[in-house]
Amino acid sequence: MNEYIKQLEYPIDANLLLTKKNKIKKFLQENYPAKIKKNIAVLGGSTTHDIVKILELFLLYNGIQADFYECEYNQYYEDIMYNNEALKAFKPDIIWLHTTYRNIENLPEITDTKETVAQKLEAEYNKYFSMWKKCFEDYKCTIIQNNFEQPFYRIMGNKDVSDYHGALNFISGLNMKFYDFAQNNVNFYINDINYIASTYGLKEWHDLSAWYLYKYCCKTDAVPYLSYSVSRIIKSIYGKNKKGFVLDLDNTLWGGIVGDDGVENLELGTETASAQAYTEFQSYLKKLSALGVILNINSKNDEKNAIAGLNHPDSILKPKDFISIKANWNPKSQNMEEIAQELSLGADSLVFVDDNPAEREIVRTQVKNACVPDVEQVEQYIKEIDKYGYFEVTALSKDDLAKNDMYKANIERVKLQQTFSNYDDYLISLNMEAVIKPFEAIYMQRIAQLTNKSNQFNLTTKRYSQSEIEQIAQDKNYITLYGKLSDKFGDNGVVSVIIGKIIKDELHIELWLMSCRVLKRDMEFSMMDELISQAKKLHISKIFGYYYPTAKNAMVKDFYKIQGYTKIKEDDTGNSVWEYKIPQNYKNKNKVIKVN
Amino acid sequence: MNKEEVFSKLNEVFKDVFDDETISVNDNTTADDIEMWDSFEHINLISAIERKFDIKFNMKEIVGLHNVGEMANLILSKLA
Repeated sequence: MNEYIKQLEYPIDANLLLTKKNKIKKFLQENYPAKIKKNIAVLGGSTTHDIVKILELFLLYNGIQADFYECEYNQYYEDIMYNNEALKAFKPDIIWLHTTYRNIENLPEITDTKETVAQKLEAEYNKYFSMWKKCFEDYKCTIIQNNFEQPFYRIMGNKDVSDYHGALNFISGLNMKFYDFAQNNVNFYINDINYIASTYGLKEWHDLSAWYLYKYCCKTDAVPYLSYSVSRIIKSIYGKNKKGFVLDLDNTLWGGIVGDDGVENLELGTETASAQAYTEFQSYLKKLSALGVILNINSKNDEKNAIAGLNHPDSILKPKDFISIKANWNPKSQNMEEIAQELSLGADSLVFVDDNPAEREIVRTQVKNACVPDVEQVEQYIKEIDKYGYFEVTALSKDDLAKNDMYKANIERVKLQQTFSNYDDYLISLNMEAVIKPFEAIYMQRIAQLTNKSNQFNLTTKRYSQSEIEQIAQDKNYITLYGKLSDKFGDNGVVSVIIGKIIKDELHIELWLMSCRVLKRDMEFSMMDELISQAKKLHISKIFGYYYPTAKNAMVKDFYKIQGYTKIKEDDTGNSVWEYKIPQNYKNKNKVIKVN
Repeated sequence: MNKEEVFSKLNEVFKDVFDDETISVNDNTTADDIEMWDSFEHINLISAIERKFDIKFNMKEIVGLHNVGEMANLILSKLA
């Protein structure tokens, strides 16, 4: 592993990271080209300087280039509530409110009555509530809010947590109110510093000289863990999560070697300590898979042995839980690439888990930017993997939950396709039905997610936050369309998005994207048909399409040409503009999908 | 370790922290002499020195330092 990248992996050495930050930054800029740029305002109730420096590195590692605004020390409230011009001009995409228990103004006193404490709690909460409201109104941005960590002393000892006079009791009450808000508001995320501080160790976390000298809320060595946590949330918001696992079998999902030891002798179930450890690891994976994380197998085995092992009565994961199973004797790096291809995903979006260091090394060196955590001992697998936050959940869309079914349905479709010699016959046999309509409230989350995730079938690669999508949906100067596609194998959910800006009688297509899971289904033609029908209603006579090439979207280079547009401009970098005059008697291009 | 050796190790730390190969510190060097040495980098400098010499400063010691010479003396007293 590159020595600079190593600095960004656990265990994180804060001092080394800070000392080498300039070199690491340079390396990341050269090797992990940022795909999106975001403005992040960090409004702290304590020092934020190094926290931001390290956050910048973690974000770059995830392909996000961030510009930062930091408030003056402890001016978070003033900056938000009293119209700070600099912050206004900065136009934050995200505001991170880095407050800690040190910022709580009215902790309970021993002499307080229950009512007084309840009022204090309400007042404290209202301070935050009004800041969040103001942020949403003024900036239409995403908010990341720290919860409160536990203090380092307990005036009443154990009673501090259960009695309303206790600071601990007060803090957990305040935290619960924050969580209620988080559950009822989108674009609002809790950064769980309570958990970070606990896992770091409260005694270590609260370094009082760091507080008295520098006003850091935690020990400087703990700073990267704080930054890492926030980077997890941000990369997840912008669709940079990993998509799934590629797993070895022998001594990874079970103890023993199925080909040598036989299915009956595998360590799984509750009989031995290792059997329990493998079983718990499987159940961890099963829970992730329920969140939409896709599971695949990459094992040196005969396929029938691999399947037999997965059918072990104590195996929690069964063959049907996996999308792609590669059990063969090919190099694992090759299998990994093939799995990625089958799923239309980048190999860098899959996490490879194998107990064998030699196999990990092959994948690490042969697959570009492969994600290969060092797992050695079965009792450490979950810890080693979980801490990275590969699958940090910021939004639980129905689509994510159904993802496994969708990938499976795709494989069924491929099987069916092989039985038709004429491709159109195959498409007709799918009985496809589409809903293509202007953006609707229930799909805003998914639409924003798609604009941040889609790279290949994406003409302009413009990224939008959910609040931007919501604004555009209401703006009369825009035509918006989402497309949902289902067929006899299942519902693909929302798979295509168009945003067009109306200027007089012209429509300028600012965004056109489609999920690769519905490539070659003529969905793009149905979308065009609907776009033209909407445009005609608004008396638009000309449509302009734009293609901006990126490293990943070459597949749509000729998209507008295929749609019958004429190229009117192209610059040196390949950016092109296309024009289409809507004919009086436009004929629908789609013949295989039933729309609306 | 004598004072000369302490200075030579200190110099390495300064070069690393401020990412500047031309830095050379002496007894009288203060934060005013090094452009990037602000209160933020001071934190990293102190942690880096603690690590390099495998020592720990307490809060009052850190507050009491006025120049690199005093820092070197403090390090020597900790190593003794």
